[in-house]
Amino acid sequence: MVVDELTEDAVDGLFHALADPTRRDILRRCATDEPSVSRLARGYPMSFAAVQKHVAVLERAGLVTKQPRGREQLVRTDTDAVARARQALDDLERTWRGRVDRMSALLAPGTEPERENPTVSGTG
Amino acid sequence: MSITSVDTDYENLTITLIADFDASIEQVWDLWSDPRKLEQWWGPPTHPATFEKHELTPGGKATYYMAGPEEAMWGAWQITAVDPPTSLEFINAFADKDGTPVADMPIFTVKVRLTERDGRTRMEMHERFESRQDMEMMVNMGTIDGLQQAVSQIDGLLA
Repeated sequence: MVVDELTEDAVDGLFHALADPTRRDILRRCATDEPSVSRLARGYPMSFAAVQKHVAVLERAGLVTKQPRGREQLVRTDTDAVARARQALDDLERTWRGRVDRMSALLAPGTEPERENPTVSGTG
Repeated sequence: MSITSVDTDYENLTITLIADFDASIEQVWDLWSDPRKLEQWWGPPTHPATFEKHELTPGGKATYYMAGPEEAMWGAWQITAVDPPTSLEFINAFADKDGTPVADMPIFTVKVRLTERDGRTRMEMHERFESRQDMEMMVNMGTIDGLQQAVSQIDGLLA
């Protein structure tokens, strides 16, 4: 996995890249479309150079890739990187939903979880 | 269902969960502070947790293992803040058998806050992957199937 080789700096770069609302918006746009930097720049109330800089930050963080096409550079979101974040958090959410369900079962009246006998079944 | 809301933030790698329980703050706090109660809900049915150490004091440590059909997993909490019966913050790491956090395993920070609300208790839980690298490691660990299995078992218990 490339990920295992991420340095401390690379991780910091990722968080830095995601911390800015314009960059997050660029990520969203480039996930469904593959605009050139100049087309992208027209969508924001800022200079071409400023948008180009945002794209460069995202590229360094591994969240977008740039493909040369003629004299232009097309920007595309690396959806794998985004999908992995989604999967990890979905797993964690499932874990917590399970925990909360078990907590409420323990709190429910009449089900005082006194374990008089050790659990017999293998499921604990 | 006790869960009122779950907010998953894919950009900041956090989960914020709000649950409302028909119980007093003390009862809900007990589920965290009494290791024998904590053991009954922390791990999924396939991997029940056993807490060997459980010091809910700032700087204190809790260590546990989760026995599984194939192999056991060890975990450790480093308590960063505690204010009974309303708040608890800790860093949750995977550990070796002696409770020493393992370097190349994911780390999470967990914040729990309990408040009284119309005679019920609201639990707000905020969990954050320490870094994007931690998140990637979690995905690569392949515990997903185990968790899904756990959830379906719980559904069975509640039916």
